[in-house]
Amino acid sequence: MTVHALVLTGFGINCDAETELAFRRAGADAHRVHLNDLIARPETLNAMDILAIPGGFSFGDDVASGRIFANRLRFQLGDVLLKFVRSGKLAIGICNGFQVMVKMGLLPLFNGAFEQEVTLTHNDHNRFENRWVHLEADEDSSCVWTKGLGRLELPVRNGEGKFVPRDAETLARLQGNGQVALRYADGGGRRPYNPNGSVDDIAGICDPSGRVFGLMPHPEAFLVRTNHPRWTREDVGDDALGLRLFVNAVEYIRDAAREPVAR
Amino acid sequence: MPDAVVAGNASVHRVEVGVKAGTCDAAGENVKSRAMEDLGIALDDVRVIDVYTILAQLSAEELERVRVELFTDSIVQESSASGALAEDFHYLIEVGYRPGVTDNVGRSSAEGIADVLGRPLSEGEAVFKSAQYLLRGAVDAETCKEIAEGLLSNNLIQQSAVVSEAEFSASDGSPLLELPVVTERSDATVRQVDLTVSDDALEALSRDGMLALDLGEMQAIRDYYASGEVREKRAALGLPENPMDIEIEILAQTWSEHCKHKIFAARILYTDEQGNTRLIDGLFKNYVKATTDRVAERVDWLVSVFDDNAGIVRFDDDWNFALKAETHNSPSALDPYGGAITGIVGVNRDILGAGMGCRCIFNTDVFCFAPPDFDGEVPERLFHPRRVLRGVHQGVMDGGNQSGIPDVNGAFVFHDRFLGKPLVFCGTGGLIPAKVNGKPSEVKAAEPGHLIVMVGGRIGKDGIHGATFSSEELNEGSPATAVQIGDPITQKKVADFLMEARDARLFDCVTDNGAGGLSSSVGEMARDSGGCRVDLEKCPVKYAGLAPWEIFLSEAQERMTLAVSTGQIGELLALADRHAVEATVVGEFTDSGRLECFYEGKRIAALEMEFLHEGVPTMELKAKLDPPSTTTESQPPVLSGADLTDDLKAVLGSYNVCSKETFVQMYDHEVLGQSVLKQFQGVNEDGPGDAAVIRPVPDSDRGIAIACGICPKYSDLDAYSMMAAAIDEAVRNLVCVGAKMGTIAGLDNFCWPDPVESKKTPDGAHKLAQLVRCCEALHEVCVAYDIPLISGKDSMKNDYKMGGTKISIPPTVLFTAAAVLEDVNKSVSMDVKAPGDVVYVLGDTADELGGSEYLALRGQLGSTAPTVDAPSARDRYERLSAAIDQGLVVSCHDCSDGGLGAALAESAFAGGFGMDLDLTSLGVEDAVVALFSESQSRLVVTIQPEKVAKFEGAMGGIAVYRLGIVTESPVFKAACPRDCRIESPIGELKEAWQAPLRW
Repeated sequence: MTVHALVLTGFGINCDAETELAFRRAGADAHRVHLNDLIARPETLNAMDILAIPGGFSFGDDVASGRIFANRLRFQLGDVLLKFVRSGKLAIGICNGFQVMVKMGLLPLFNGAFEQEVTLTHNDHNRFENRWVHLEADEDSSCVWTKGLGRLELPVRNGEGKFVPRDAETLARLQGNGQVALRYADGGGRRPYNPNGSVDDIAGICDPSGRVFGLMPHPEAFLVRTNHPRWTREDVGDDALGLRLFVNAVEYIRDAAREPVAR
Repeated sequence: MPDAVVAGNASVHRVEVGVKAGTCDAAGENVKSRAMEDLGIALDDVRVIDVYTILAQLSAEELERVRVELFTDSIVQESSASGALAEDFHYLIEVGYRPGVTDNVGRSSAEGIADVLGRPLSEGEAVFKSAQYLLRGAVDAETCKEIAEGLLSNNLIQQSAVVSEAEFSASDGSPLLELPVVTERSDATVRQVDLTVSDDALEALSRDGMLALDLGEMQAIRDYYASGEVREKRAALGLPENPMDIEIEILAQTWSEHCKHKIFAARILYTDEQGNTRLIDGLFKNYVKATTDRVAERVDWLVSVFDDNAGIVRFDDDWNFALKAETHNSPSALDPYGGAITGIVGVNRDILGAGMGCRCIFNTDVFCFAPPDFDGEVPERLFHPRRVLRGVHQGVMDGGNQSGIPDVNGAFVFHDRFLGKPLVFCGTGGLIPAKVNGKPSEVKAAEPGHLIVMVGGRIGKDGIHGATFSSEELNEGSPATAVQIGDPITQKKVADFLMEARDARLFDCVTDNGAGGLSSSVGEMARDSGGCRVDLEKCPVKYAGLAPWEIFLSEAQERMTLAVSTGQIGELLALADRHAVEATVVGEFTDSGRLECFYEGKRIAALEMEFLHEGVPTMELKAKLDPPSTTTESQPPVLSGADLTDDLKAVLGSYNVCSKETFVQMYDHEVLGQSVLKQFQGVNEDGPGDAAVIRPVPDSDRGIAIACGICPKYSDLDAYSMMAAAIDEAVRNLVCVGAKMGTIAGLDNFCWPDPVESKKTPDGAHKLAQLVRCCEALHEVCVAYDIPLISGKDSMKNDYKMGGTKISIPPTVLFTAAAVLEDVNKSVSMDVKAPGDVVYVLGDTADELGGSEYLALRGQLGSTAPTVDAPSARDRYERLSAAIDQGLVVSCHDCSDGGLGAALAESAFAGGFGMDLDLTSLGVEDAVVALFSESQSRLVVTIQPEKVAKFEGAMGGIAVYRLGIVTESPVFKAACPRDCRIESPIGELKEAWQAPLRW
């Protein structure tokens, strides 16, 4: 079957081309769609299996990263999006897309309704930073996207990537539900392995179903081995690639189509 | 706080947002540490409150919704729309913009409010962003003022206020800053300018009007308007004999040094050191263009050179590649952040406007500053180099990151005389399908009948006189309006729109609006059609009150100009609307032979295209090379038995050599997913890479390598050497990663101190002679290396003059080079890879310490700058790239600033291994020369032991020196001539290299 992925663009999103490429390399048919066009024709989503909100600087990170884009999505397409994720389909927010998702309350989606429970805010060092980090997927997480991922390296590229839950109870709930999908991990580098002071080293979370996922690092920036910073001195195999997250998603849709009950 | 103040129909509301107690205030912490680092002021605590002043009609319920839904992140923030948040501080500083300055956060906030309310804000309603800094510590009002002006605001574009807690609590809550609404109005009348005046009065007209035209040019304009034929034609068009103000402004802009490059076109009578005199009829024609013409006979990949906004070359059968670099020096001197961000988004537009519109795929940035530890008096209107560095870096960072264009390569260069003007070079590369709709994508033309469409931002008073301002030295009269703040998100939307419009072929010609605004973009495009008419009242403006000439000349940012046929205009405007991009028909291209402007139906300008573009008189200049001043420096004795470890550490820690990782890490260098070789490489990803490599077309293994060379430190010794070294440095960097000779394209960006002899520049003839020498080197080396110059730019007035102080920059050329690689998988990084690998240096080391970092640390210049032997270097590079192609080389590093010692140490510590070296085999008597001479055309390579024989064979007996091996033990050891030595753990060398600019 053909898996269809919709990649949102517009208003300063800037990782849409490589996100589209990631889905294509993973075997999906990917389409870039401008937010205004989706607002004009929300039914476009009906034919889609996966929604991606890529990284970038929507509205320049003005006021707060992701905030204005999040509001526009929630006010204009809120019901459509809820329906989409409830119907067993997948969604991913990467970097700015993750910021959008938590600020509109599409994550962690504890009660199936939009409610902001966590945030992504200014890194403790108050800088935009582009560097590669080590990550570890939580084996106990229900996340579809990070299944079987284990350890991997990806770049972070943000100024507001520090994950903060509303309170200890919220954090415990995320942990208890298996919603903490991805953490910064100690790879023995010279810098602090947690790049920004994120609580519990959290780099990515999912909704209780595991189908909606957001993360700060950029898996779409590691689609070939030559993207890796040490490929000229280490053996970087295909199983190291960020591409695997996208393959997981495409395979999940294909499996679900074969076994409708699993949805 | 008093009730909302009413302004017109709208009310003023204020939402204040701060970080919740117990949450990290990262921005506040940042201000605290900068106050200490940059100003030496200790503070106990700083907190930041974001203030959004909303000028709009909002009900109480609406204001509350806006506060909660838009402005407040309830997880980490608290906010108030009904009173001040500030408490528990000693002093409060509030900083906001002045009227008319681009306020990106304010603009986005207005959009955000519209989303929350479900209705757009009305005309005249707006949001203004300001920030409050709450300081605690043992400071007084005077110190806080220093923090306000020295750290938090630039008086030219921002307003600030300082109050103590007592003053704050005693106040009635009135805003500390004025509402920055533009109230200043120019009247819309167009004035005649009487040119039938004395020469002195003509010069005064030019000076007072910021026209930057010299007497000869003013006379040429006067004579044109005095001719009977012109008068007759003007009468027929309903125009007076005298020129209109807008016409004079258009001529001044079009004829500016910035736009016409008059010095590079001048006839120069050149006298060399030996007293031989010859006439050079145009430096551009005889050296720059001549280079490309010669090389074009030998390379087959040039697509479009010199004619467009950027040079275009072939990438593969399906794609072309465009390259351009620009400078934004004068604006960056006055406002480092604004100048730099407009610089980077400005050069992006050159690429967007090249051919039928290229997609930007990378940025480069090269900055020249005075050393950050400068401790002298900072001259009036200038900033301390630390502040310039931080501001420029932040501007380029925000501009590039927000535009989604990776910053892949650059440099920081330090020299005392960049105090007078910082140099901010911004470069961009672009990619375009070779054909769009079956037609070559580099071909475009505006035809009569095509509509003139302005796309993007609106016009304001910002950026008026930018072209003429940058054609003069920085002086007391330099206008504040020349300073702007870029808006990358508006431009990103324009770029997305433009790519879609291009692929649908909805326009026939495109160019960017840079210096000179519409006057320049429309004036240039109208050369194709043979004329144009612009209806100025149709141009969208940010606010009322612009004079017609201001509308036409404004350099307000983020605008492109298109030529669109009447059949496609509907579709084009609809596409713009879908992308939330403003596009407006402002006139049409004609074949009248005239550039004509109308305002409310009345013709106010009619300039003959020929006079406009060809009427500027050719300058006649004199150049005379002074003999080099004889050095009075004592020659240091040749050392014996010395430990030079500390010297190596000092050289590694010099500002020109040391790591710039702190700054580079803040650039997004991986967006678009093309990255192959990054700026920092090695086991810990912190060794200094040479050229960047990207793979711009995902399904192809072909790549682009990008590098730069810049060597102003040699200029005072020999401008020829400076240029040759810059080219060679860029080429070496490319060769290091695997580029081949014959695939390299070059860009020359000249930044010179005023080279025209005059009362204010008595040494102009020598500076012009330096320019001639530099051009000779450019031609000779590029021809020898087969490098066509595909584009370039010159900035010729890089001087500071105020009162009795004059500072002229050292003559500087940035040479940007790029090469297409056949297979990025063969790229080589600079870090050593494994113990046992054999270390070589390619190329001879000579006593060329002049201008070196080693001597600079001793406050000396030396006498002999390094020279380039281009034919032998070319042979070396060809052999090396063949060896790389065969997979014989595991690491390769350029040997440049800091000499062989620095290059070897960098390769070692980047790889995390030591080296055991013997430098006595170099054939050099002096250890200082062996380690620190900056002889050109040298490269450090490491070779696996089993490939040594093959590698040496491939080098074929040219100058290759085997120096030693890579060791497991992390110690860098080098035996040097006359029993001198170096021995240090690599960690210490790396620390010496990283510490100075670890900010």
